[in-house]
Amino acid sequence: MSSENIVMEQVLVNGLYLGMQYALIALGLTLVFALMNVLNFAHGQLYVVGGFITYIIYGKLGLPFFVAIVASGVTLGLVGAVIEKFLFRPVIRKSVREESTMLLAAAIAFFLDAIILLLFGEKQRGVPKILDGVMNLDFVVIMPYDRILIAALAGSSIVAFILFMQYSKPGRAMRALAQDRIAAQLMGVNVDRYSMVGFALGAMLAGVAGGLLVSIVGVNSGIGGPVSIKAFMMVMIGGAGVISGAIAGGFILGMLESIGLTVLVAYGDLTYLVIFVSLMIFLSIRPQGLMGKPWG
Amino acid sequence: MIFFISVFVVVPWLIEVSGRWDFYYTLTSVALLSIASAGVWLTFYIGRINIGQGAYALAGGYLSAVLVTQYEVSFWLTIPLAGLFCAVLSVLIGLPILRLKGVYFAMITLVLTEVAKLTALALPITNGAKGIVSIPLPGELSIFGLTIIPDFSTLENVKLAFYYLAATLMVICFAGMYRLVNSRMGHLCRSLQQNEELASSIGVNITTLRITAYAISSFLGGVGGSIFVAISQSIYPTSFQVADSINFMLNVFVGGLGYVFGPMLGTVVIYFGWDLLFQTGKFQLLIYSSILILLMLTVPNGLLSLRLFKLNKEKK
Repeated sequence: MSSENIVMEQVLVNGLYLGMQYALIALGLTLVFALMNVLNFAHGQLYVVGGFITYIIYGKLGLPFFVAIVASGVTLGLVGAVIEKFLFRPVIRKSVREESTMLLAAAIAFFLDAIILLLFGEKQRGVPKILDGVMNLDFVVIMPYDRILIAALAGSSIVAFILFMQYSKPGRAMRALAQDRIAAQLMGVNVDRYSMVGFALGAMLAGVAGGLLVSIVGVNSGIGGPVSIKAFMMVMIGGAGVISGAIAGGFILGMLESIGLTVLVAYGDLTYLVIFVSLMIFLSIRPQGLMGKPWG
Repeated sequence: MIFFISVFVVVPWLIEVSGRWDFYYTLTSVALLSIASAGVWLTFYIGRINIGQGAYALAGGYLSAVLVTQYEVSFWLTIPLAGLFCAVLSVLIGLPILRLKGVYFAMITLVLTEVAKLTALALPITNGAKGIVSIPLPGELSIFGLTIIPDFSTLENVKLAFYYLAATLMVICFAGMYRLVNSRMGHLCRSLQQNEELASSIGVNITTLRITAYAISSFLGGVGGSIFVAISQSIYPTSFQVADSINFMLNVFVGGLGYVFGPMLGTVVIYFGWDLLFQTGKFQLLIYSSILILLMLTVPNGLLSLRLFKLNKEKK
C-alpha cells in the first residue's frame, strides 16, 4: 500500500481489532491493581504463558481452539491464585512499605520469563489459522475472518467479565474491595479470599488474551515485558483501577497504534515515541487518566 | 566510613595478590551502578517509585559520548556536564510528572525509560541503532596542569584506574547522601515520604523539595551513565533500558529502602549474585529470580533491616 492512498477505513478497522485485544489485556492488570494496589509487572509474562498453552493444545495437539482458550484461562487462573496466596499475601502482610510488592512482581516476571525460555525456547511460534478467507467490502476494507472471530471472542470475554463484576456475588464483593478495603472487610467480605479470586481472574484474562492472540500474531518468549508496558500505558490512559478506563485505554492505544503506523511510516519508526511523549503530556495535565480516581 | 576506606585500599591489594584482574571490571560496574541506584534511592526517600533511572543514565552516557567524540571535549569535563544535563532535564520532566504519586509515577518513569531509548534511536546525533563506538579512553585531552589524573591510555592498567575513579566517586556520592539524609533537607524528605499534604501544611515547600531530590537523583544517574560509557567505550540505545531501570529499583529494594547504604549493598549482592550464577548457564535467570522471590518472602524490608537489627542488639 503506497502512502498516497491510505484507506482510512481499513486503518480504523485494524485499530478496532487491536483495541479489542488490548482492552482484554488491560482489564486483568487494572483488576489486580484495583483490588490489591499491586502493579503487576508479571502481567505480560502471564499473557505469554497463556499464549504458549494455546499453542501447545491447539497448535501441537490439534484439539479445538476453544478448548485451548479455556485451558489457557483455567491454568492461568490457577497460577494467579497460587501467586497471590503464597507470594503476594505474605509479602504484603510483612513489609513496611507497600512498594515492596513491586519488587516481588518484578521478580515473578523474571521467574516466569526464565521458565518460559527454558520450556519453549526463543523461537517465534505460531498456530495454523482458525478460519480461512477474508471478508471484502468493495475492496476498500479487508477483514480476515479469523481476525473478526478473535475480536468477537475478545469482545464477548470483556462483556462476560463486566457482567460478572456487575451482577455476581463475587463481582460485587470485589468491587466493594476495590472501593474501600477496610469498609468491605467490616461489611463481612472475606478480603483474603476475594483478593485471591481477583488475582486469579486478572491472570485468567491475561491467559485468555494470550491464547486468542497467538492465532494472529503468534507468541515468543521475549514479548512479556513489552506487553506489560503496553498494558501499563492503557491502564494509565484510562485511569488505574477503573474497568471502563482500561477498556477505553485499550481502544485508544489500539487506534493510536494503527493510525500511527500508517501515517508516520514516512518519518521512520516514530509511532511509539509520539505515543509515549503524548502520554506523558496527557498525564501531566490529567494525572488520574480519563476516568481514574483523583488520588495518587 | 572506615568500611569504605578499607574497601578502597584492601580490595586492590587482594586483587593484586590473587591476580584476578577481571574482578576490577565487576567492582567498577558495581560502584557505578550503586551511584545510579543511590539516585533511585533518593526518589524513594521522598516517597516516589522511580523506574526511570535508565533514561538518565542513557542521556548522561550519550551526552558524554557525543561531546567526547564529536566536539572533542575532555572526558573529565563531560562527567559533571552529563550530570548537570540530566539534572536540568529532570527538572523539566519532573515539574509535571512529580505531581503524580504512587503507581502513576512508577508507570510514567517506566515509560520515560522507553522514551529515552526510542529518542536515542530516532535522533541523528546519537547515530541510531548503531550507537557510538570507539570512544577514546578518558584523559587524552585531560587538563594536566593541576589534576593528578594521568592520561588513561598511557596507563598500563586501565582497569585499576577506572576502579579508583568509580570507587572514589562512589565514596563521595554516598558520603554526600549520608550528609544529605542527616541534614535538614533529609528530615524534610522523610516528611514528604509520610504525608505530603501534612508536610505542605506545616510550611514545607514540597514542590521545590521533590524537584531538588529528583534532580539530584538524575544527576547521579547521568554521572553513572557517562563513566559507564567511558569504560565500555561504546554506547547504544539499548545500553540502558527498561530492564536496567528495574534493576536499579531492585538494587534499592534488596538493600533496604530505609537505609542510606542500602543501594550499595543491594547492588553488590545483586551484581555478584548474577555473576556467580553465570556458571549455571541457562538456569541463571531461573535461580536468580527464585532467590529474589525468596528474599522478598523472608526479608521484605531489605537486607540491611537484618543487619541493623543485629547491631542494635549488640549495642544493648
